Amino acid sequence: MTETILTSVINDPIKLAMADRKRGWKVIDGTRLTADITVECDVVIIGSGAGGGTAAEIFTQAGLKVVMIEEGPFKSSSDFRMQEREAYPQLYQESAGRQTKDKGITILQGRTVGGSTTVNWTSSFRTPASTLKHWETIYGLTDYTAEKLAPWFARMENRLGISAWDTAPNENNDVLKRGCDKLSIPAAAIRRNVKGCWNLGYCGMGCPTNAKQSMLVTTIPSALDAGMSLIHSARVERLAHRHGQITSLLASGMARNNADAGPYKVRVSAKHFILAGGAINNPALMLRSKLPNPHDTLGKRTFLHPSSVSAAIMDSPVEAYAGAPQTIYSDHFLNTQALSGVIGYKLEAPPIHPILAGITLQGFGEEHAMWMKRLPNMQVVIALMRDGFHPQSSGGSVSIRGDGSALLDYPISDYVWDGMRRSLLAMAEIQFAAGAKVVMPVHEDAKPARRWRDAKALIESLPMQTLRTRVASAHVMGGCAMGNDERASVISGDGRHHQLENLWVFDGSAFPTSIGANPQLSIYGMVARNATQLATLLTT
Amino acid sequence: MNRRHFLQVGMGSVLVLAIARTLDREVFTGPILAKTSHFTILTEKDADVIRTLAPVILAGGLSDDAVERERAIQEVVTAFDRTVMGLSPAVQKEVQQLLSLLTFNLSRRWIAGVIKPWNETSAAEVKTFLDAWRNHRFQILQQGYQALARVIIACWYGNPRSWQSIGYTGPPFAEQLGAR
Repeated sequence: MTETILTSVINDPIKLAMADRKRGWKVIDGTRLTADITVECDVVIIGSGAGGGTAAEIFTQAGLKVVMIEEGPFKSSSDFRMQEREAYPQLYQESAGRQTKDKGITILQGRTVGGSTTVNWTSSFRTPASTLKHWETIYGLTDYTAEKLAPWFARMENRLGISAWDTAPNENNDVLKRGCDKLSIPAAAIRRNVKGCWNLGYCGMGCPTNAKQSMLVTTIPSALDAGMSLIHSARVERLAHRHGQITSLLASGMARNNADAGPYKVRVSAKHFILAGGAINNPALMLRSKLPNPHDTLGKRTFLHPSSVSAAIMDSPVEAYAGAPQTIYSDHFLNTQALSGVIGYKLEAPPIHPILAGITLQGFGEEHAMWMKRLPNMQVVIALMRDGFHPQSSGGSVSIRGDGSALLDYPISDYVWDGMRRSLLAMAEIQFAAGAKVVMPVHEDAKPARRWRDAKALIESLPMQTLRTRVASAHVMGGCAMGNDERASVISGDGRHHQLENLWVFDGSAFPTSIGANPQLSIYGMVARNATQLATLLTT
Repeated sequence: MNRRHFLQVGMGSVLVLAIARTLDREVFTGPILAKTSHFTILTEKDADVIRTLAPVILAGGLSDDAVERERAIQEVVTAFDRTVMGLSPAVQKEVQQLLSLLTFNLSRRWIAGVIKPWNETSAAEVKTFLDAWRNHRFQILQQGYQALARVIIACWYGNPRSWQSIGYTGPPFAEQLGAR
């Protein structure tokens, strides 16, 4: 019997660097601690996603001594085997099954070195001007104008290879484009943060070719080369504070199952503390630590871009599991709605792999299997609600369970449900216009419709209710809102906590509303600005 | 349904659940039985529930060949155990409570409406139970249905053995990328 040893044609830059003693990377695996440890530094960053990664590179370049702590494991391209059943438990919060309190919304959020940037679908948008205008008017964020932020976006676009994607969209995205064209609805191409992309379609399971310019392969290696210490597989339990200052943080190395805390602790003392754990975990950590919260704003106004889902069966193969996952979008239903009017939504197409399709489609038994068997011909459009811009869209609130873990309660208001219904109508019409044979709104009470007229009647009659309508989210925002009114926010526009002078929030949880677009570039730009300001403050 | 009625039933469920968990632990799956479980999270009785639900939830998605079918169901049960292990401790506890509710005779009859023990329940009876919970007016039972259905579905369609039946070709360039 001969044994074939398969080796990849792709080098794993992370594993190579780890093995190269000359690089001198300081990496501690929290599951392998054999005793408690204590670390000191200038700045400690909690979280390694879009916010933490961007800040890490800026701080180390400024010569600061930086420690980064990440709850998830340190996985890299040779671990990314394009298998959902491996990727979800390894790389996502709660095995990609994180849910809101009433289980009405399932949330895809990364939990690995690089955070959600390691598993996102690469969609890159600058913060929409209308969103920034709203922030300026309502929250007094006068530094957050499109003009003032433009250089920061440009800097990060350059750093992460964000540019137009010239390859033809896959069929799943092209159906969205064709349907929009047919109905004279403007649709355009999505810019992506990739270099030398193979167009595989497995971004959500970690990029196996290192084409995606996530934090994992860009800013984090750069910060490690510059002397940063990375402690992964360690969960921050508490921040200690005294006299308006954070004094130290306490973390637990994770147990081998990566779900429970292990026996050993990590204590970090630092001059400054950066929260970059995302819109659910940041408020939970601050609540566990009983930080000052005089106006009860912490964990409030957490936004998700709650998304409705419309599935269709096409005549010819779609193979929505192959090819760059998100390349076409339409903002028609954002741009044609006033911010103060009915809720607007962004249309995109998601990748469709067996587990994701299986758990999203309604029903069980034959009803469900019938759809699964047509997976190759299945096309899906999603509508992301722009939440947080209207009094009847105040988002969710984060609390902590008895065991200290984070819980997001996000009741969907009638105002948001109205958007869900309108979006299901719009998506079905677009799918039929593109030639769909069957369209099915993803809803427990929906049946497949063969004509637009039938779909319209069906959707108008469906109860828009939690657990009946399928609602998903891949974007967590807010909960530590920035603003210049202390009574209505948690941090100032430069990211500093209103009551604790050495605590900063550098990630999407700082947003006072949702973004109305995939948020990664908004986080990169905002954090590049705020981290640069802080680095200057600390080094001069 | 008025609020008062809902609260009564809600409290009743909690009470039954509490009794079920206590009895379950002390009478049925005491330390001796628990040790014989092949699983990390599931008890043998929990596994019976999954083994009974899986062929109905996956009807139309499993092979007609008896041997392949049996293997698929066993693999779903094993994967279910592994999947629950990867959830947060708080959610793990919720799943264990749900399974306790389904395995304890009293709550299985009262709340799930399943008269016979799971391994004696017919596919039609299982379908009736699933339909009832799927469309139940109490959110908590809809949540229970969705949790069971989703995890079982994920456990099967994450398994490469299911892919041929749905026409999914699997990861591309698997050899070049050393992905297998």
